[in-house]
Amino acid sequence: MIYDPSMTAVVVFFLFVGFTVGLSFYLGSKAKSSAGYFAAHGQIPWFINGVAFAGDYLSAASFLGICGMIAAYGYDGFLYSIGYLAGWIVALFVIAEPMKRLGKFTFADALDAKFNSRGIKAAAGISTLIVSVFYLIPQMVGAGVLIQPLLGFPHWVGVVLVGCVVITIVVTAGMVSTTWVQFLKGSLLVVFSTVLVVLVLQQGFRTDRDAFETIGPLSVGLADGEGNLSDASAVAEEAGRSLFEATGDDAGKDGDGWKEVGNYIRFASAEDTGFDVYKADVREDGLYLMEAQAKTVTGDGVTLIGGLPKGSGENERTLQPVGQLTRLPEEFAVADTDDGTSAGNGEGVSEQTGALGPIEFFDVLRRSEVTLWGSDRIAHSDGTVSMVYYQKPTDGSRVLRPGEHPTFAGIRSGRWTDRVNFLSLMLALFCGTASLPHILIRYYTVKDAAAARKSTIVGIASIGFFYVLTLYLGLGAMVSGTLDVTNSNMAAPLLARGISDLLFAIISAIAFTTVLGTVSGLILASSGAVAHDLLGGVMGVNFSEGNQVRVAKIAAVIVGAISILLGILFQNLNVSYLVGWAFSIAASANLPALVMLLFWKRTTAAGIIASVVVGMFSSLGWILLSAETFGKVYGIDPATSPIPFSQPGIVTIPLALLTLVVVSLMTGKSEPASN
Amino acid sequence: MSDHPTDSPSGSGGLPAASRLGLSLFTVYTLVYLGFVLLNAFAADTMEIVVVAGLNLAIVYGFGLIIVAIVMAFIYGFALRGDVNDASASSERTNDAEGDVA
Repeated sequence: MIYDPSMTAVVVFFLFVGFTVGLSFYLGSKAKSSAGYFAAHGQIPWFINGVAFAGDYLSAASFLGICGMIAAYGYDGFLYSIGYLAGWIVALFVIAEPMKRLGKFTFADALDAKFNSRGIKAAAGISTLIVSVFYLIPQMVGAGVLIQPLLGFPHWVGVVLVGCVVITIVVTAGMVSTTWVQFLKGSLLVVFSTVLVVLVLQQGFRTDRDAFETIGPLSVGLADGEGNLSDASAVAEEAGRSLFEATGDDAGKDGDGWKEVGNYIRFASAEDTGFDVYKADVREDGLYLMEAQAKTVTGDGVTLIGGLPKGSGENERTLQPVGQLTRLPEEFAVADTDDGTSAGNGEGVSEQTGALGPIEFFDVLRRSEVTLWGSDRIAHSDGTVSMVYYQKPTDGSRVLRPGEHPTFAGIRSGRWTDRVNFLSLMLALFCGTASLPHILIRYYTVKDAAAARKSTIVGIASIGFFYVLTLYLGLGAMVSGTLDVTNSNMAAPLLARGISDLLFAIISAIAFTTVLGTVSGLILASSGAVAHDLLGGVMGVNFSEGNQVRVAKIAAVIVGAISILLGILFQNLNVSYLVGWAFSIAASANLPALVMLLFWKRTTAAGIIASVVVGMFSSLGWILLSAETFGKVYGIDPATSPIPFSQPGIVTIPLALLTLVVVSLMTGKSEPASN
Repeated sequence: MSDHPTDSPSGSGGLPAASRLGLSLFTVYTLVYLGFVLLNAFAADTMEIVVVAGLNLAIVYGFGLIIVAIVMAFIYGFALRGDVNDASASSERTNDAEGDVA
């Protein structure tokens, strides 16, 4: 079973969470004023703040999402690593120092520093709220995903647990405890990921051709060129198996959709009353049947694996862990075995490389063959849906190049819209980092601009180092034989489980604190936007120091509650996909205004307001009308979307910039300011 | 609500902040990143070419982008290491750089 409950994991997990909450109670006594609550009195040492940047930034999407995407598709996930890190260059060279000098508590402070305009505070405050909430949803979803296998609780319990712990952290001490939690988590994440990568390299690669059965070669005439089997009985006879037929009470429940798919065949299992499903694969030397896995969810919510109830008892089944390396380069071939089986192709023979160096790791993998997994959805007339997961033997060279994941496959399609979509995503990642509210507020926790710069450098070094590790972790997980075929998000923790239970417990607990840390940063940014920008700045409510903090804490509880709700509602959405939304909105709404304020003297308050509003709503509208959202969120035919490609950045960032220039020119003085 | 930047005494703090060095490094990195993105978008097959020690261009360029970012960050930090009292130093740098970017 992939997820056996582990006592070690539970104990380590609660130790981590207990320590984190304890730390925030301890530090809580130190933050009574606004400056303490929002900005930790500007007294956080730059090195601590730099590692805390890594803690803030390396969210569930970075750790779980990227490793998972690399484990399932290869290099493509690493494109996110590259884009996320490149964004820090904008933060360091363009944004860091002026942010610190211009602002006090929030992003809106910096944007409004020269104008004292309620309009700017309102626009920036609302944009902070929208971006934070969009960024919060995937973190909460990630929390639920983690808790489920770790502690055996349902998804919603995970989300509520994270929500409550984070609200406690934020309400007790604000920025001081949030920063220390981030520091702790950032350091642990980098240290233990390094340990995991060292262990992966030490283990090297090992082939496993026995985890899933391949039958063949059979007569090639049994299937057409596309692998559709014309006569299932003849295939079964040649394979020496008998076809599966549901009997007794189950006869009526067996999905009729199976009859419609020609490239799958189901045999009666020799071990239980379920079925073994195989996918046909036509090769030069004949027809092969490759073992697949089927998960069926009936209309009344019962989950069946291979036709049997999901579970570990008698006549129950679970999905088997996946992630195999099926061929190594020739130099690692084992000599022929006694029974005459050729080691190069034979079953029951496992080759291994032994320890590998960090460069050799890629060279060997490039010349090997791995088994990736695809999925097909089979709908039956009674509302039951079967997902069939099938093997995709893939050359190592293909998993080390971009373009395997559906999001990036477009770069090989030749269609210009797909290429523009890719450029748009990479632009949003580049511009988004320096516009994320929870990253921007961290510039106020240090004492001056020089400290802001130094902490950004520490942040870049730790984050960059971690992103290098993601490629090893993801590829290591890809061939670890421990993956869950239905959910790639757990790749990194499951890779650790393949090595040791304790490491699994630690990595899972770190992943959970990763979610805690990022969520607390986001909730703090949102509560600042509500109390400081919207209520204080826009509505003109005059708070005493203590009252402003009290209002911010109430806002934190409300935003936390909303994010708990959204985390439960959006539980089936892909984590990385949601984070992409947040980056696009942040880059479109915030960056053009911030950069032009710094570099174009004719920028006016009206120009900034127009730019933030146009950037925010155009990117939001684009996302909500895109083909991806049509298909994944509304369940409508993606072809009906009026938007030519899904990623808005390449249109909405220049649009916000143009809006700023036009509105500034229209509202500015007729004479440009003299130099 | 005023529509133009106020000429407050602290106005210097709001002027462009990036130094010449910062902007040069930013430009160089942006070009290198742009090269990577354009190669992926329009000539994805080049990423499969084995460049050195069995590593393909995708790995070398990708790792290169991360390492270059870290190295540039350290160069920047080292060059400005004496710049502790930021307010005056930064606005001086800013004024120098302003003509280039405004």
